[in-house]
This record gives sequence, C-alpha cells and structure tokens, in this order.
Amino acid sequence: MNGRSELDRFLRTDPRDVSCGKAMEMLHIYAELTAAGGPAEEQYPGIAAHLRACGPCGEDFEGLLAALRDEAH
Amino acid sequence: MEYLGSIVVMVPADSEAGGTRDVAAGFDPESAEWLGELAGTGPRREAALARLHGMLVRIAQGEVRRRGPRLQITGPELDDVAYQAAADALVAITSKLGQFRGESRFTTWAYKFVMFEVSAKVGRHFWRNPGVPLDAEDWDRLPDRFGFDPAQQAEWHDLLGALHRAVDQELTARQRKVFVAIVLNGVPLDTLVVELGSNRNAIYKTLFDARRKLWAALAANGYMGDDTSRSS
Repeated sequence: MNGRSELDRFLRTDPRDVSCGKAMEMLHIYAELTAAGGPAEEQYPGIAAHLRACGPCGEDFEGLLAALRDEAH
Repeated sequence: MEYLGSIVVMVPADSEAGGTRDVAAGFDPESAEWLGELAGTGPRREAALARLHGMLVRIAQGEVRRRGPRLQITGPELDDVAYQAAADALVAITSKLGQFRGESRFTTWAYKFVMFEVSAKVGRHFWRNPGVPLDAEDWDRLPDRFGFDPAQQAEWHDLLGALHRAVDQELTARQRKVFVAIVLNGVPLDTLVVELGSNRNAIYKTLFDARRKLWAALAANGYMGDDTSRSS
C-alpha cells in the first residue's frame, strides 16, 4: 500500500461507523459472535466499520478475541 | 463498599433483586451462577470475587504480553499494569453488575473491562514518557506517517500541501489540536484522552469529523475520490 492509498484510507470515513461509545458497549457480544465463527460483520456492520477505523477499539477487540480463543483451547 | 484484600469492591446499587434465582433468570447456567454469587452476600460472594479476580489477573497478564512488543513497558512494570488493570476491572464489573443483560457469557462481558483498563493504563504510561509533544507541528513527519516514498516526492508534494492547507482552513481549533497530536506527533488516542480530560468517544468523534472535512476538501480539489489524476 502506498502513501496515497494509506492517506485515503485514513481520511475516508464510513457513515455506518457507530463511534466508540456503542462499540465499547457491544464489544463483548461482537467478540463472542466472532470467536464462535458467527456473522458478526454482517450482523453489526456499524461496529465492524468502527473497529476497522478506530485503533484503540480495534486493539481492545483483538485482545478480547485473543482471550476468548485462548480460553477455548 | 467491601474489601477483598486491598481491592475495593462496590456493591451494585441495583442488586436488590437478591437471590440467585431472581438475579440469574434467563442467563446461561455459568453466567447465572456468577451473577447469583456476586449479587449475594457473605463467604460465597467473597469466594466468587476472589475467583473472578484471579481470572481477571490472568486475562490482563495475557493482554499485556500480547501488546508488550508494541509498548515501551517491560518486566515488572508490565506486570504492575496487569494487576492494576485487573483490580480496576473488578471494581467496574461489580459496580456495573446490574447492566449485564446476558447477551454474552458473563466472563466475556467481564473480560471486556480488563481490555478497557489495560488500554487506559497503557495510555497514561505513554504520557509519562518525556519528550512526547502534543502541540508541536512538524509537517515533515507527515510523509513518513503515511508511507510516502521520499524518492517520489514530486508525486505527493502537492497532495500533502493541499492537506496542510485544508488543516489550516477547514478544521476548528479543537479538531486541529486532535489531528496534530494523533497524526503528526503520534500521540495515542487513549493518551490524548488523559491529557485533554476527555473520553475516547469524544476524541474519536472529533478526529472523525476532522477526517471527513479533510477528505471532502481534498476531493473538492481533485486530490481524492474517483478522479485523482491531479496527484498519484
């Protein structure tokens, strides 16, 4: 990915993005559905859009998902 | 308030439903058991708190290990972050117990608070590092932030010049401050939350609005969007 496309990706906003408040409220539901192999993105497109754009919420999601997967093994 | 070792635990205000059966109705059996024990009283509750605390510490330690390679925290300090995060997560969980609606397993909901607390503590730790600028505007950093190739400066010089003008002309003072701190100076969003006495949602929304304005300004001048022939 070159600089131009990276800048475009950063500046381009998704109107479905639910912002941090809603994503943090729903994170446990989204993560559990994802860990179970469920259609999390399809069911919660606004949260998926937010997690792609928000570094801190994306990090929290990855951490929670890792914890669930560790526990399952 | 009750005490579990050195951990202060808030008894949820809405736990008056009492009794395992009433509190736990409609939840999966394991979650129901957790709720029943934590909303109860006496030795059974104390034992549940101790067990939950142990689980939260384990999850927090795993999380700081996962994030460790990207943090400037190592060794005992990293373990301190994990223990502090687990303790604060336990306080959050017990004070919000009435908000758990059974939409996931109880432990998944509980682990979420560990992630939030680890993020908050890592954000505060970053701010303790000296030499991290908030307001300094070094626009020479911008090409590197987005991976522009210095050898091809002729191709992106105009684009970044247009971006700089858009930041000057389109953003409010607050939006500019957040954009400069996060994008130019690489300050983590959770650190900015601490510095500005704000919250993650408000800072993200400010940056979101700034991004939208900047993209629109660049698109209006032909630098972004479907027709991007003015700049590669």
